[in-house]
Formats: sequence, C-alpha cells, structure tokens
Amino acid sequence: MTYLDYKVAQAPTGWRKILHLNWPLVFLLASVASAGFLMLYSVSGGRPHLWAEPQIERFAVGMVAMIALAFAPIWFWRSISVPAYVVCCIMLLAVDLVGHIGMGAQRWLDLGPIKLQPSELTKIALVLILAAYYDWLDMDRISRPVWVLIPLVLILLPTALVLKQPDLGTSVMLVAGGGIMMFAAGVSLWYFAAVIGAVAGLVFAVLESRGTDWQLLHDYQYRRIDTFLDPSSDPLGAGYNITQAQIALGSGGWSGRGFMQGTQSRLNFLPEKHTDFIFTTLAEEFGFVGTMTLLTLYALILAFCLHSALTNRDRFGSLLTVGVGGTFFLYFAVNMSMVMGLMPVVGVPLPLVSYGGTQLMILLMAFGIVQSAHVNRVRG
Amino acid sequence: MRKSSREVVESARSISRRGLMLGAIQAAVVGTLGWRLKSMQLDRADEFRLLSDGNSIKLRLLPPARGLIHDRNGVLLAGNEQNYRVTITREEAGDVSAVVARLRHLIPMTDTSVAALMAEIDRRSAITPVSVADRLTWEQFASIAVNAPALPGVTPESGLSRGYPRGGDFAHVLGYVGPVSDYDLSKIENPDPVLMLPEFQLGKVGVEAKLETVLRGKAGTRRVEVNSAGREMRELGRIEGEQGATVQMTLDAGLQNFAIQRLGGESAAAVVIDVQTGDILTIASSPVFDPNMFVRGITSSDYTALMNHDHRPLADKTVQGLYPPGSTFKMVTLLAGLEAGVINGGSRFYCPGHLQIAGRRFHCWSRGGHGSMDPVQSLEHSCDVFYYELAQRVGIDRIAEMARRLGIGVRHDLPMSAVAEGIAPDRAWKRARHDEEWQVGDSINASIGQGYVLASPLQLAIMTARVASGRAVEPRLVRAVDGVAQAVPDFPDLGIDPANLRIARAGMDAVMNGSRGTAARSRILAPEWRMAGKTGTSQVRNITAAERARGVISNEQLPWARRDHALFVCYAPFEAPRYAVSVVVEHGGGGSAVAAPIARDILLFALAGGLPPLDAYPPAARAAVEETWAKMQLDTPEPPQLARVRA
Repeated sequence: MTYLDYKVAQAPTGWRKILHLNWPLVFLLASVASAGFLMLYSVSGGRPHLWAEPQIERFAVGMVAMIALAFAPIWFWRSISVPAYVVCCIMLLAVDLVGHIGMGAQRWLDLGPIKLQPSELTKIALVLILAAYYDWLDMDRISRPVWVLIPLVLILLPTALVLKQPDLGTSVMLVAGGGIMMFAAGVSLWYFAAVIGAVAGLVFAVLESRGTDWQLLHDYQYRRIDTFLDPSSDPLGAGYNITQAQIALGSGGWSGRGFMQGTQSRLNFLPEKHTDFIFTTLAEEFGFVGTMTLLTLYALILAFCLHSALTNRDRFGSLLTVGVGGTFFLYFAVNMSMVMGLMPVVGVPLPLVSYGGTQLMILLMAFGIVQSAHVNRVRG
Repeated sequence: MRKSSREVVESARSISRRGLMLGAIQAAVVGTLGWRLKSMQLDRADEFRLLSDGNSIKLRLLPPARGLIHDRNGVLLAGNEQNYRVTITREEAGDVSAVVARLRHLIPMTDTSVAALMAEIDRRSAITPVSVADRLTWEQFASIAVNAPALPGVTPESGLSRGYPRGGDFAHVLGYVGPVSDYDLSKIENPDPVLMLPEFQLGKVGVEAKLETVLRGKAGTRRVEVNSAGREMRELGRIEGEQGATVQMTLDAGLQNFAIQRLGGESAAAVVIDVQTGDILTIASSPVFDPNMFVRGITSSDYTALMNHDHRPLADKTVQGLYPPGSTFKMVTLLAGLEAGVINGGSRFYCPGHLQIAGRRFHCWSRGGHGSMDPVQSLEHSCDVFYYELAQRVGIDRIAEMARRLGIGVRHDLPMSAVAEGIAPDRAWKRARHDEEWQVGDSINASIGQGYVLASPLQLAIMTARVASGRAVEPRLVRAVDGVAQAVPDFPDLGIDPANLRIARAGMDAVMNGSRGTAARSRILAPEWRMAGKTGTSQVRNITAAERARGVISNEQLPWARRDHALFVCYAPFEAPRYAVSVVVEHGGGGSAVAAPIARDILLFALAGGLPPLDAYPPAARAAVEETWAKMQLDTPEPPQLARVRA
C-alpha cells in the first residue's frame, strides 16, 4: 500500500475533516433552501418577518448543526442508534398520552422552552437503528423470516404510535423509509412482492370498512381519499384546494408569472400556501423552468447521496446515507405528487422549502449524519 | 479470476447492486414528476392559465330563508318578501366613486346616503359586498342588470326580507329583525358566517330575538366561477340551505287585532290567556308601531317621533309595564286572609269610610262608608277599609307569599324581551331594597294594590287565570315548532282550599252580576258566557292634604299624565272558566268605567270567536257597543284552515 493509497483509504481526522465534507451536497442544500426563502417571502406578500426570516435563522442554525455533526466519528452513530430509537418511542408514547393538540392532531411534545415533534426525530432514529441492525446481521440471514420480522417490528412500533396521533402522512413516511432501508440492505425481493400484494389487500379492506363499526381510518382521512379520486366531490373542502393548486401549477407555463406575481396565492385561493402547498406558488411564479430547476436540484442531492453510499465500503455508513437520502426523496416526491394530483393529500411538507422549523432543522441534522458517514467513509 | 472469500463477503456487504436499483427507481419517480410537470405546465398551460386569469372559483353563502311565524290558526304573522337590492364590492369595483356616480343615474340616492355608503365601503374589507340600495323596484333592478358592464363590482341581488303582514298588531310580542350590527356580533361567541353577509337579518327584540336560533335556519353554499371583473360566469355546485323552523304561536290574529282596535290608541295593554292551557291568545300593547319600518331601516324623524310620543309606542306594556294593581289585588289579600284562617266566609268588618291607623287616616274610596261587609261583599263593593282591617291581621309576608303563588312578583318564562318581574313586597324586600323597616301603613297600601306592589298586565292575567282554575297556570306563547306541538304541561294545584277560592270567585261574580257590583254595567247577559271580574283604579299621584281639603278633584280635571290608571281583570264563563283577561289603561281614569268595557268586549270576542251577538250585552250598553264597533277598523283574517282549532 502506497502512501497515497493509505491517505485515501484512511479517514481524515481533526479539523482536516472539514476539507472532506461533501461540499457539493452542502451547496445543493443551501440552494434549495434559498429557493424556499424566496418563495416564503413571496407568499407572505413581501412581509419577511412572517416566515422568511424565521426560516433563514433556523436554516443557519441547522447548517451549523449539520457541519458539527459531520465531525462525529461513525461509531458514535452506531452506539447511539439503539438509545435514540428507544427514546423516540418513549416520546411518541408521551405525545399520545399528554401531547399538545394542534390542528386536530396531537403531534407536539411541550418540553418547557422547546416544543418537540418526536415523529420527525423518529424518522432519523429509524434509519439509524435499521442501518445498525443490517450492519450487525450476517449476510446469509438477511432474508430469513425471523430476521425480517425484527426490522418490521422496529418499523411498525413507532408507526403505530404516530398513526395514533393521528398523523397519516408521517406514518406512511416511516413505513416507506423503513422499506427503502430493507430494500437497500438486500432483503429478498419476494418479501417486497408479498408486501405490495398485502397493501393492495389492505387498501381494499380500508375502503370496505368505511361506515362500519371497524372503520380503519378517520372520517377526514376517508374524505381525502374521496377528494383524490374525485376532486369535485368536495366543493367546500380539499377538492377545492386541489383544484386551485392545480390551476396555480398549470398556469405557470414556461417561465411563470414572475416573482411575486402569482395571482392564485396572492388572492388567497391557495390553502397552506406557506407549508404543504408552497410548490404551487413556485410553479405559478417561476413556471416550468423553476419547477424543473428545483426537481433537478433535488435529483442532484439524491445522486450525491447515492454516490457517497456506493463509494463507501462501510456498510453502516452506506445504509445510513441511503436511508436519509431515501427519506428525503420520499418527502419531495410525495409532496409534489400530492399538489400535482398524483396522490391523495397527505400532510407532507416540501423538504427545505416549506415553512417549518423543526422539520428543517431535523432534516439538516440528518444530512449532518450523511456528512459524517461521508467524511468517515472507508475508501477503497 | 476468483475472488477471495473475504472479497465475496465484502462485495455482498456493499449495497452497490441494491443501491443502483434504488437509484433507478428514484430516477424513474423523478422522471414521472418531471413528465407530469411538463404536461401540466407546458401542454395544458393555456387551459390552466385561462382558469386562473379568467375564472376564479368562489364560494358564496346562500342565506337561509327565515322561519315563518303563524298564529294559532295558521294566519301568517311574519313572512319573507322578495327584495331586490344592489351591493358593491370595493376590490372588484376599482374606482368606487366613479361606479357609484354612474349608479346614481339609475337609482335615486341623496348626497348624505352616498357619503354614508362611501364610509361603509371604506370600513369594510375590500372583498366584502356592501349594500348600496334596498327594496328597489323591478325596473330599477333591471336597469342595473342591463348596465352591468359599466358597473364593475356592482351585483344586483334578489333576496328575501322579513315582512309583517299584520302590521303593528304583533309589533311588541314578535319584535322585528334588522341588519346585524357590530354590537350584535360582539355579543355572539362564535358567529355563524352567514351573519357577515350584507343585509342578513337578525332578530332584534321579542320572539324574533328570543327564538333566533330556531328561526334562522342553516346557510347553503354556492360554488361559482367568477371572471376577472368579479361577475359570476356559472354555478359549479350548490348546497341548499335549510329554512328556519316554522313557529306557530298560541296567539289569535283576529282577537289580537280586535284588542288593539278596542284599546283605540290609548296607552294601554290587554292580555288574554287560556285558563286551562296557559296559551296567550292576545298580548296587545297600545299604541302600536309598524315593525316593517324597522326592517326597512327607519328614518330618524320617524324614530324620533316614536321616541317622543308620550304614549310610548315602543314599550311593550304587557310584560315590561309595571303598574300598581289597585283593587285587582284584593283577591290576593282576601285569599291570604282566608288561607291564614284570620277570617272565614262569614267574617265581617265594618267600614265607616275611613280607618285611623297609627295616627294616619286611610280613606275608603266611598267617603260615606260601606257599613258591614263580608268577604264577597267586600269585593263586590271594592271596599277598601275591609282590606285595611284584614291586612293588619294577616301581615304583609303572608300577602306577599299569596301574591307570588298567584304569579305576581315572579318572572314568567316567555320568549319576549325584558319580561318584568314585578314586586310582591314583604319585610325582607323593603329591608333589602330601601334599608327600612316595614310599616303598618305599607301593609295598608299594599292590601289594596297600592304602595310598593307592582304587577304587569301579563301577571294580572295569570293571577286571574289561577284564581279561576285553582292551578298554577303558566303562560306559553309557542304552540308548535315545525309542526311539532309543544306539550301543554299539567299545571299543579295551587294548594289553596277550594272553599276559599269559591269565596273569591263569588266576590268576582258579584262585581259583575251583583246588584251593586262596581262593574255591573259591563256584565255579560248571555248566561253561557257569564263573567266574573274585578275593577282596579290605581293612583299615580299622592293626594295632598290641600287637595283633600278642597275636595277630591275628578280625574278629567287633571292633566293626562296625572290621572289614575284604569285596570280590570276578568274571566268567563263563570262555571267553566276558559279565558282570563286583564286590561290596563294608563291614566284612563276609573277601572269600572274605562277598563271593564274593554275587557268585556275582548273576552266576548274570544268566547264568540268573532263579534258576539248584541244580545249578549245588557240592553243599556248595546247602543254604546254598536257605536264602538262602527269606529273600529277591524281586520279579522280568514284562517287558512276551514275549522278553527281551539284545542
């Protein structure tokens, strides 16, 4: 092994780690977040103190946190994976018991000075514990039923607690995120085929149970399904929102109406315009050019995560990177599909763009773990 | 080339194959999103741009039709009329003053009303429609619709407005509706969004206010496409609202109209109550005002005239007016004495024309005195000294207790505004209210319904109904809501010895039918409608010693506002009581001369179900009755049903 090989194969230490950060990823994240600031400024009608300024502050804090986390050694993440998961489950349980009720669902845990949304943290904790599990597990056991059952339980326990809140969006995110981890770890494809079949059956059961004693979802969740299938069925509620969102999106055309010129959001037609539906404002004001740019930025973030994962010989770090990237992918794909009418409305924000402090900071911390895996990756 | 076993494990542990598959799936999804964006933003952009530019979708509330109010026979008392009006929305109008200037060519508007309108438009949010003009003719309405292109933001609307076809007859009991004020909204915890609509009408007083939630109904919604000028292009969906519930009152429109006419513009009140069911058939306060004026927006001169009228037309004298009941209170004192065992049916007191108590001389209305009186005679002659003697022996607390038992000094639950409680004074009341000890003189005054005693005409009617039935009759105004009959409660027994009640009733009968009864001139001749009653004349002034020295001045010589109140209570038929009536004529003079004939006529009209045959009256009274009928402008409605249900 030459000196050069050694240099490449060994992880950097100390302050030199900063040179080995995945800087393109940092810049991509900052670009997407900047687009978010612009849109928040726009939907607030030029009142930055409403959403844009708090968002910038939290982004700055989040970036610092991300870089700080990048310095952590990879074994640190492995050792906190089990405690983090347990703590998250306890917090979810606490939310279910004493949670603060907001917007018809209890999601927040009020810990004095800070309000925590444990379901957000759980997404990372789940990625951590699954990565640790598959790193520990012998390769030849991966597809054995018992060893498939364990991660399933790990996924479904917090999912059930989140579903209880009730938060369908996050529940779906947890299951899908866990599924991506299992897929990446190499669980036999037959299992996935079986799950897809079971989901189809479940969908059937959910729809059939409506109106009976054993109704599986809340009424409002059923209404969302109705609205998705036929937006005009609910003229007062979400169907109206979807129609308006699509009008905003489609009317953007090639280059959009221009910054702060969107009429749909200006006239308050759009619901949740600064959170879940912010993409429609971007689409209306910057058109196809704007939406494709954002989509490309997202795709590049995925690509850099994937590249980092594929070039990492450390299975734990590699799985971590895939998990975080996959969760990120789920966020924007679900959000965009929702506003474009490809999916029912579930409360999922557009990552890095939608207004929301907890969500933004936790996402950046997750990328801090990705950076840590990248910096400490085993080259070779 | 063979890999070492370590390399095999290493490669298996690396996620490259699955990672690449995952990447491919993600790329496919991103591609799908991009393709969808292309199809929406490029291929279908024109379509969406049109929808966004030209047509926005708006939700409009459909105000519900207000519930109708019927009388007991189905005669409409409050309904909804078609109303053409015009509203303006600032955001859609652009140059508001120019649009309003153009509007002035089409509909008459004064400079002051334009100024008020501009102020209102500025005050409201840009997207809230503000009412410009109301109750337009069809021609004006049509001309605005035709000129719509020159009037951006102006919307001609046809809506419903409350109307009271019986005019002033039910003004006090039903009240009226009016536009929702900020003050109204501030009082409501969670205002229904429909209240924010321009020209939405809210019950302001009376039954309209008290039964607001029943009458309002539920708003519907319309989803409409609106073009960039704010004009509706087409309706996309509609959810009809629900009309408010139809309320059937216990009132009788014909009888109410007769009572109002019979009161003849005097400052007076009349109440007719069903002795068995407590149904209020008539609750008339005079003079009346036209509630339609308030709905349409009353002019300040009209309002000032109503406010300054010395007969106070806006006050509901039936439930808000409190009067010393005068001698009509004597049944209370008598029953208190009988029930306490202080006297019995054969007890007598001697009336020399006055009574000296605690150094003060209390006069009987008959200067010469009535001589020896038993309880029945005391009512027949309305002897005051009998009650002075009785009150000293019974004590005020037992009199007050009996007053409350008969419904005086108790608030009765009716859906009307400001229902007064009245005063049945006792020792505790005077201590609490005036911080003074009760004096014997107070009892003397109270015994004949003067002094601190105050009762409303409604309470006097209830008192009469309770004496007539022996049951704790409670009044009710609502007969049915949406066709569902309201239960008639089984009123509990008053717990008064029936023998004692018979004495009081015999006294009231003697008032009308005794040879020297104070209201004998107003008796009903028809035996099947034989009537019992009691007169009352209550002083509103203190007779000064100087006046007394000069001799009592007759009422006619006094200014109107210082004359006595005339009161009368009665019920009939005597053997099987059906209706009880109370009449109070403010400053009317004597109860027997003024109030008794009115009460008799109303009672007869109720019993006969219309104008009674003349031979029900004593021959001497017939000429006067015919003259009264000729002066009245009766408007007796034909009930929609053939059979007049009087259950």
